[in-house]
Amino acid sequence: MAFKNIFKFKTLSTAVAAMLLFATTAVMAQAPAAAPATDGGTSMWISVGYYVLLFVLLATIVGIVGKILRVYDLTSQIQGKKSINWNNVMAVVCILFLVVGLYGAYWEFTEQGTLTLPEAASIHGVKLDNMFMVTFIITVTVFFLTQICLFGFAFKYRGSDKRRAYFYPHNNTIEKIWTVIPAIVLTVLVITGFFTWKTVTNSLDVKGDTPAIDIDITGHQFAWEVRYPGKDGKLGGKDYKLTSSTNIIGVNFQDKHSLDDQSADTIYLPVNKPVRLNIIAQDVIHSVYMPHFRVQINAVPGLPTYFKFTPTITTMEMRAKQDDPKFEYLLYCNKICGGGHYNMQKVVRVVSDAEYRTWVAAQKPYLNDALKKELKMADEPKALGQNKLALNN
Amino acid sequence: MSTLAVHGHGVESHDHDHEHHHDTFITKYIFSQDHKMIAKQFLITGITMAVIAMILSILFRIQLAYPEKTFPLLEVLLGRFAPGGKLSPEFYLSLVTIHGTIMVFFVLTAGLSGTFSNLLIPLQLGARDMASPFLNMLSYWFFFMASVIMLASFFVQKGPASAGWTIYPPLSALPKAMPGSGTGMTLWLISMVLFVASSLMGGINYVSTVLNMRTKGMDLWKMPLTIWAFFLTAILGVLAFPVLVAGVVLLIFDRSFGTSFYLSEIVVQGQVMPYEGGSPILFQHLFWFLGHPEVYIVIMPALGISSEIISTNSRKPIFGYHAMVYSLIGITVLSFIVWGHHMFVTGMNPFLGGVFMITTLIIAVPSAVKTFNYLATLWRGNIRFTPAMLFAIGLVSFFISGGLTGIFLGNAALDINLHDTYFVVAHFHLVMGSAAIFGMLAGVYHWFPKMFGRLMDERLGYLHFWLTFIGAYLVFFPMHFMGLDGVPRRYYAFTEFPSMARWLSVNVFITWAAILSALAQVAFLFNFIYSIFWGKKTTQNPWNSNTLEWTAPVEHMHGNWPGEIPTVYRWPYDYSKPGAEEDFIPQTVPHSQTMSSNLAHDFEDNEAGLAAHNEWVKANPPREEVK
Repeated sequence: MAFKNIFKFKTLSTAVAAMLLFATTAVMAQAPAAAPATDGGTSMWISVGYYVLLFVLLATIVGIVGKILRVYDLTSQIQGKKSINWNNVMAVVCILFLVVGLYGAYWEFTEQGTLTLPEAASIHGVKLDNMFMVTFIITVTVFFLTQICLFGFAFKYRGSDKRRAYFYPHNNTIEKIWTVIPAIVLTVLVITGFFTWKTVTNSLDVKGDTPAIDIDITGHQFAWEVRYPGKDGKLGGKDYKLTSSTNIIGVNFQDKHSLDDQSADTIYLPVNKPVRLNIIAQDVIHSVYMPHFRVQINAVPGLPTYFKFTPTITTMEMRAKQDDPKFEYLLYCNKICGGGHYNMQKVVRVVSDAEYRTWVAAQKPYLNDALKKELKMADEPKALGQNKLALNN
Repeated sequence: MSTLAVHGHGVESHDHDHEHHHDTFITKYIFSQDHKMIAKQFLITGITMAVIAMILSILFRIQLAYPEKTFPLLEVLLGRFAPGGKLSPEFYLSLVTIHGTIMVFFVLTAGLSGTFSNLLIPLQLGARDMASPFLNMLSYWFFFMASVIMLASFFVQKGPASAGWTIYPPLSALPKAMPGSGTGMTLWLISMVLFVASSLMGGINYVSTVLNMRTKGMDLWKMPLTIWAFFLTAILGVLAFPVLVAGVVLLIFDRSFGTSFYLSEIVVQGQVMPYEGGSPILFQHLFWFLGHPEVYIVIMPALGISSEIISTNSRKPIFGYHAMVYSLIGITVLSFIVWGHHMFVTGMNPFLGGVFMITTLIIAVPSAVKTFNYLATLWRGNIRFTPAMLFAIGLVSFFISGGLTGIFLGNAALDINLHDTYFVVAHFHLVMGSAAIFGMLAGVYHWFPKMFGRLMDERLGYLHFWLTFIGAYLVFFPMHFMGLDGVPRRYYAFTEFPSMARWLSVNVFITWAAILSALAQVAFLFNFIYSIFWGKKTTQNPWNSNTLEWTAPVEHMHGNWPGEIPTVYRWPYDYSKPGAEEDFIPQTVPHSQTMSSNLAHDFEDNEAGLAAHNEWVKANPPREEVK
């Protein structure tokens, strides 16, 4: 009976193997033949069939192994020997999984851990990274301890008919301890997190600090528009109703601060100077994400958001540190915004103060000739005069 | 109250006996009002939806692993959604969206709660059926309609909804913003309204059944943890889901009737829109007011199921039963005041962010207590590795791994750089995705004999478990590191960023791990279907379990028990009690029959019982010396 079973499966598997062999040769033969042909339909179906067959073969092998184990089990039962104790097998697999898994986790931490973001390139970023490290050490310790307990207990207390479990319904002291300890640890994390969060999200200038450079960032499908405040250091107002093909972000030129505003293709930031991003979106929600600076805030239509930070490492320094001459800081979208979401980026360069000044002086005014024509700004000299006035102020 | 209920249903059971012969195919299998049949309907629909959502995930995983390659088969299968054998960016987003929606709502909410609440609430409480069998039937059919409409959106011209499962407006509100925000989004919204209706009908039923229809002796503190979990989950759902409907209805108004609840100052593709005064953040508040309790709606039934399974198969009482219940209650209450942690960087007032951070990290405490209690239950147990037990252990492992990363994300300051990256993807796929699906699978393996009267094949179950368990870790563990490198989720391809190119090989690895785990599900499906028809017949109590459902006969019948409903005398976790003959004492065994194993603790509100116990102890002094 048992032999018959195996035999049945043997013939079956031989048949499958033969079919597979045939399919392989067919695919091999087809591959060069199909390459020049424009219609790859048949070759596609052959390779699909090949993979299906492969899976069927795999499933058959699993079935055969299952049957063999069953036969082994039954024969040893007939001969009065012990059959396979699956409970023990599973317990051993649990402990194997624990050992291999722990090593795997360690490998991931050491190998892929090095592929993560480089050191924070901003003042608040360093604080966040330190907090991250503290949280990481706590959680990883708990992770290893609890997983070791989980699979360790599973192995150690694997069942047997000779033994009974220890009736242990509760122990209030232990339960209190493991309620209070996580509570204390979390309280510490919460408090440090809360105060850090408060300082990071405060985008106002504190009295006595160097005033932050205001930069306007407007998101739309699928690009970022950047506007610098110009010589007066103040961004002019905007009104979305003024948006047109020339005035892409709807700057309001009734506001005299807007007259000297500049548009830019790249974001340049002076090192060690506070910067405040004035963020808004036109169509859907986007997110300004600059991971190297540990900066992220959503760009929301109708709701201005801000993020103030101070970059500390120039692009050149970072290139040297990373040993990557092509390294660039990036700003990219991190909130699903449509088909082009995956490619909505802007290069950010952190440079020395002097470089920043020369760069910013070379940027074109937002109020370009086309816009002037459209707004019928005949009184151009007057506008310039206002500009100078603003400068004098 | 419960005594009354027993009488009422005792009478009803006679009616059922008369009706029994009039069952037609339609009343028995389709418009059934029997909770056991409805549970099976939920389960099979849920599994079907899970398989579909899994296939969707494999499709987008292939895109992520091979962004430059073309697969002619994809064009054959998907037509215009995969021109030239390569997914279009818009369809990629549709896949991500529908995968998330189906998994969260249709599989892990309806498939999990729907199946096991329906099956176990009457059976474990000793009720003849649900409080309202008709509502229960409607609940399934609303769910079924919702599923059909959700899937139907694949057949509309511009494809299904694609704004992410969170469907944030304005993206979801403006058909111009992306193709999926057209008819596909309308269907999504209709489907969700039906889904919520289904979920409410189910939830109200579960709550009223638990409160009113417990058998004699089954007070709240004698309920198994499964029932506690389903009960609290139902309360969460009843309170939270209506808010989603409110949010969805306002979105429908914005989309179709020109209102501006969520829209303000919008310029789409250079065209100024007339919307003014709304707030996109409002939608996020409404969405996450459901959305966060939702993740507990998903995980709590799984935790309840695993409590029961771990206790039964460790042959040990669950450690700290009261603590387990209180932590469930704590999670239930707290889950309503943590929703803002999904919105730290959305432009919400930062002070509010700080408050939500505090509440969020508080909710970690009851979760930690539950984990430790599971470990304490395993300690010095006599563990029996059924496939259900393995899945329950796997759940605890995932719950730990995914829960710990929640401490990073719950911290508003750390969330700045982690928000919406692969770190988040890894976090929630482990803690609520994998953990909850493992809870569901554990439940299927454990209660399969109750549902179908047959046993599933254990060794195939082992194979299924290890492949899925290892596969899930291989898929989600590396994602943490991608997130830490600032790789955003929902990106169609990483090809546009030289800095992300190095993750491509990891993506290939993850995709193959995902394919492996997906193929492993074939073992489950085969086992499931085969065992329904040809599995080994089960005995009445195959796992030597204490709970009431195993006192019901294997053959299903209307009203669950022939004759009287059993009376309950003790809590459900008297496993391996010292002095007892066997290593389990079902809830229906009175203490008077187990004098040798009784403890003073068993008679807390029962003075007569305590007196009898003390007398017995006097008469039978401990005989440890003899041993």
